[in-house]
Amino acid sequence: MTQYLLSVWHDDNYELNFETDEAQRRVAQVGKFNDDLLASGGFVFGGGLHPASSATVVRATDGGVSMTDGPYAESKEQIGGFWIIEASDMDAALEWARAAALACEGPVEIRPFQG
Amino acid sequence: MDDVNDGFDGFDGDTFSAIYRREVGRCLATLVRVLGDIDLAEDMVADAFALAAQRWSVTGIPPNPGGWITTTARNVAIDRLRRESTRVERHAAAYRLLQPDHESDLEPTMFSDIDDPDQVPDDQLRLMFLCCHPALAPDVQVAMTLRLLGGLETAEIARAFLVPEPTMAQRLVRAKRKIRDNNFAYRIPHSSELHDRLRPVLAVVYLIFNEGYSAASGTALMRVSLSDEAIRLGRLLVELLPDEAEPAGLLALMLLTDSRRPARVDSHGALVRLADQDRSCWNRDLIAEGQQIVRACIRRGNPGPYQIQAAIAAVHSDAPTAAATDWSQVVALYNQLYAFQPTDIVWMNRSIAVAELSGPQAGLDALATVQLDRYYLFHATHADLLARVGRLDAADDAYRRAIELSTNETERTFLEQRRAAVRPTK
Repeated sequence: MTQYLLSVWHDDNYELNFETDEAQRRVAQVGKFNDDLLASGGFVFGGGLHPASSATVVRATDGGVSMTDGPYAESKEQIGGFWIIEASDMDAALEWARAAALACEGPVEIRPFQG
Repeated sequence: MDDVNDGFDGFDGDTFSAIYRREVGRCLATLVRVLGDIDLAEDMVADAFALAAQRWSVTGIPPNPGGWITTTARNVAIDRLRRESTRVERHAAAYRLLQPDHESDLEPTMFSDIDDPDQVPDDQLRLMFLCCHPALAPDVQVAMTLRLLGGLETAEIARAFLVPEPTMAQRLVRAKRKIRDNNFAYRIPHSSELHDRLRPVLAVVYLIFNEGYSAASGTALMRVSLSDEAIRLGRLLVELLPDEAEPAGLLALMLLTDSRRPARVDSHGALVRLADQDRSCWNRDLIAEGQQIVRACIRRGNPGPYQIQAAIAAVHSDAPTAAATDWSQVVALYNQLYAFQPTDIVWMNRSIAVAELSGPQAGLDALATVQLDRYYLFHATHADLLARVGRLDAADDAYRRAIELSTNETERTFLEQRRAAVRPTK
């Protein structure tokens, strides 16, 4: 078995307005994905993140640390949430990534853990 | 392979190279399964071929050279893994090899599954689907296929694709690492996913063929072997997937295209259009084989893009002269192809056939919806049709665009000649 990180990426200013039908539909899709993943036994950990503007970066400097407000990557695309899953091989993990991408209606990056 | 001296009767460097090219992919495919590691499998197969070069010059070539290589490679692997069994990264492979049921049979001929006739063809398919896995970029798929299934050296692949050798080497290293780190499965896709997974495999083989056929750059010598390698892979796919129609279509397409190779350039190395080719130079054996496959595809009744393109090539190969081509059949086939692949390129090629069937103005009308401004062949096609309806200034402009966009010396020379022939006299 191999563990994989499935990360969900969106536009930096993406924020789901939960009032809308569209948001409700997507929440339901992701809920269904989570249920399936849990039932399969492949779920290790996962969750959605608050917007990138809520992030803080801490850097090691000579003899201490410094902090900056905002996300590390100065990119329009930011991580919005992730799952850690366990799967027998890449093809099985890709099946989950495909289902996740369809549920989130956006790109999902898959990356293996070491070890 | 170069330092093999003539020795035993019938054993020489050429024979050995031929065996190498024929067997290396097959041996590697099995070793990857047995060892579970591509790099290790490559090392072991290379060692086994080096041993073979020494041994066979004395003993002659064994009846089943591929089997000899495979079992020898596995034995070399066992020796090496025993010596290095403390190394963590080799542990899994050693474990797989040294399982109790294998431990007592270290004689090469006694490994039951290693050249199991049921497993070996499957191994080649597994390797093909692994090299062309959709999680690998297309250029990486091509490089991996040529390296692992074709046994090409990294330097050869780099030359073929005009990439510096270190870049190509890094591309291969990264791909193998990605495969290992992500734990890619070594398996044949299930029937439900076969269609999707086959698409990149066919695309890679066709891309290798076209790279060799169009000889966009690099030496002619090198390119010829790329087309041959693609045809070899195409034959292998047909053999391994006899129930699939599209591999047969791809093979027929490559054979029929390759049949025109002798007529494709003139004695000065200049490009000759299909319409102007000396059809007596076409390779009749390749045409016969290609046409036979196309007929079998039609009987099968499960058409796809490669089969339709092969059918178009078959119609051309049937015509004694360009004028005698059954253009209505060609247009009908392009209509079918467009239903599968509604792209501007297909429509552009259809427009060329329409021009032959219904005149250049009809061709221009059909071409009017095509938006391929960055593609030199679009402008070349446009120029040709404009010239034929007498719009010489517009044709001159379109040839100029085509020449600007072409990347290949042979094609540029051809276009310049065409342009000079229609250039309006001012």
